[in-house]
Amino acid sequence: MQDVAAEAHIHRLQESFNALNYSAEETLDVYGLMLLARLTDEYLADLRTKGLMTGGVSCKGHEAIQVVCARELVVGTDYTLPYYRDLALVIAMGMPLYDIFLNHLGSEADPNSGGRMRPAHWSSRKLGIVSSSGVAATHILHAAGIAFAAQIRQSSAITAAFFGEGATSEGDFHEALNFAGIHRVGALFICENNGVALSTPQSRQMKVKHVVDRASAYGVHGMLVDGSNVFAAAAAIRDAATRARSGGGPVLLEAIIPSQMRMREQPDIYDPVYGLRAFLLQSGKLTEAADTEMRETFTQKIEDAYKLALSADKAGIFAVQDYVYADNPAVNVQEHLQTETSFNIEETLQHD
Amino acid sequence: MTERTISMVEALREGLREEMGRDERVVLLGDDIGSAGGIFTATMGLREEFGGGRVWDMPLAENGVVGVGIGAAIGGLRPVAEVQFADFLLSAMSQIVNEAAKLRYRSLGQWSCPIVIRAPYGAGLAGGPDHSQSVETLFAHIPGLKVVAPSTPADTKGLIKASIRDEDPVIFLEQKSLYHQRYGVVSDDEDYVIPLGRAIVRREGKDVSVITYGAMVFESLFAAEMLQREQIDLEIIDIRTLQPLDIDTIGESVSKTNKAIVFHEDTRFSGIGAEIAATIGEELFEFLDGPVIRLGAPFAPIPAKPSLEKEIIPNAAALANAVRRLSRY
Repeated sequence: MQDVAAEAHIHRLQESFNALNYSAEETLDVYGLMLLARLTDEYLADLRTKGLMTGGVSCKGHEAIQVVCARELVVGTDYTLPYYRDLALVIAMGMPLYDIFLNHLGSEADPNSGGRMRPAHWSSRKLGIVSSSGVAATHILHAAGIAFAAQIRQSSAITAAFFGEGATSEGDFHEALNFAGIHRVGALFICENNGVALSTPQSRQMKVKHVVDRASAYGVHGMLVDGSNVFAAAAAIRDAATRARSGGGPVLLEAIIPSQMRMREQPDIYDPVYGLRAFLLQSGKLTEAADTEMRETFTQKIEDAYKLALSADKAGIFAVQDYVYADNPAVNVQEHLQTETSFNIEETLQHD
Repeated sequence: MTERTISMVEALREGLREEMGRDERVVLLGDDIGSAGGIFTATMGLREEFGGGRVWDMPLAENGVVGVGIGAAIGGLRPVAEVQFADFLLSAMSQIVNEAAKLRYRSLGQWSCPIVIRAPYGAGLAGGPDHSQSVETLFAHIPGLKVVAPSTPADTKGLIKASIRDEDPVIFLEQKSLYHQRYGVVSDDEDYVIPLGRAIVRREGKDVSVITYGAMVFESLFAAEMLQREQIDLEIIDIRTLQPLDIDTIGESVSKTNKAIVFHEDTRFSGIGAEIAATIGEELFEFLDGPVIRLGAPFAPIPAKPSLEKEIIPNAAALANAVRRLSRY
């Protein structure tokens, strides 16, 4: 039975792949990013197990939707508002592994927040990643506002907010989608539904079967995708981004993320990375040898980035009151962190 | 450049209009601010003048108004969000405190939030417990926010313009009983801007310093007239902004008069007066002839019935009594 189900999954992947028109190179790019995210995620988990690191949240099972979304967002133009589970998203958007480890080490050298936030609260002006707080759903309203500003400025920029299904219980979710629907702003609301908010199952969070069932209540276009099928997810997000970019209004896209248990027990059906690998091997797009080589290269890169981050002794860069207000940044962040972080409103306005 | 006598709400509207004309990134968001012109008429005519693309009526959700406004600020605009009563800012507390106030800090200045959040506050219009509160100190307590509470038309105009030009989130609180009652001479110089964080000596005197803001400025001036007959000369400091707080101006005054009373319509307990009194006590102890007196509302909500409201809000007579008590030292 297991084999039949696995075969059926590969068949679904093939069908989605055929509909998508990805080149061989694009396909391997996507697999590479998903694999890099998975290996980084596992490396971080291992460090936590060994007590070498605390904090951070696993993106295991979420890689497909996150990577394909990153591919649709234009760095330098679009705005991305991730939540703490979006490791694969920020990797795929181009955040260096070094920065990711600095962030997880809570280093003052971390360009995301210099140790001011717990790990996995991302921020990169350069990548268009808007700083996120540790409060669920507040950023969904910001996404609506950013998209609204883009509309007023007649910019083609789109704005994507990511969140779990737990955040959709917050009033901010309702207010954001309601507003976005009224003004038909170019926003993508990406719900990564893994069926459980910390410990509370979906059945105790909402009466509807799918988060996306609520879309029509806001006059927002709703889309439901299988988060284990990367090609279906890629096609869906491409359509969603095209719609948002061309004035077609906001989209609520819900990706069904398999539970950790299902992924463990039936990885060939539910684990997006495992499933994609099986498909690529079976269809001759990837060889075992190439896969092994890729893994080894990535593992080395991860290891190197971690060691470099460990050795980055940057204590005392910031005074406690730096950046509380505009008039008290005592240091030049660019100089110290070697990253482009300046806030230039003119540049923002001239993006397109 | 001319000067005219106009009301506080007219001065506010003038400030908004001038900044909208000066900077096309300035947009207004709020409930009933468009064709209705705002429930206190602060935005009357602005939609007609600048068009619907600059003045936006929002769904009735204060948290949404503020949250969308924060996003608009991130997205390159200079939003001015109106919340109909300061009491309703509490519905948007997480957006204001966890988001607007901390965005610059937590991103090392990569992102910032130049938003002005305006709201009428305070008693005097029989609004009752949820339409009359003084919420200013709640926000003055939050690193990352600036808090403004003007008392005159000229200050209202100069400070709203400064707030809109500011790079950080500003909570701009307007004492609602002053809107249509308080008139003053206002400049129409486009660059008439009052920097945030500067108090003003509203009345010079030599005997007792009264540190106050908002509607209590006028109770203080009234008390000063009463006390003049008793040969007591009040100096009145209008702090105008609670965050940042101009301790220097307060210090200069108190080191001259050697007596200080802090006076506000917010509760005496944990009002901004407590912070000011403590700072005076710590930094100017050797100058003081007597205790720093705090005068504020009793620790109770504000009732709606006008006679009851009058009873709870401190006034000139209460201040005069406190001054007489302090003068004995």
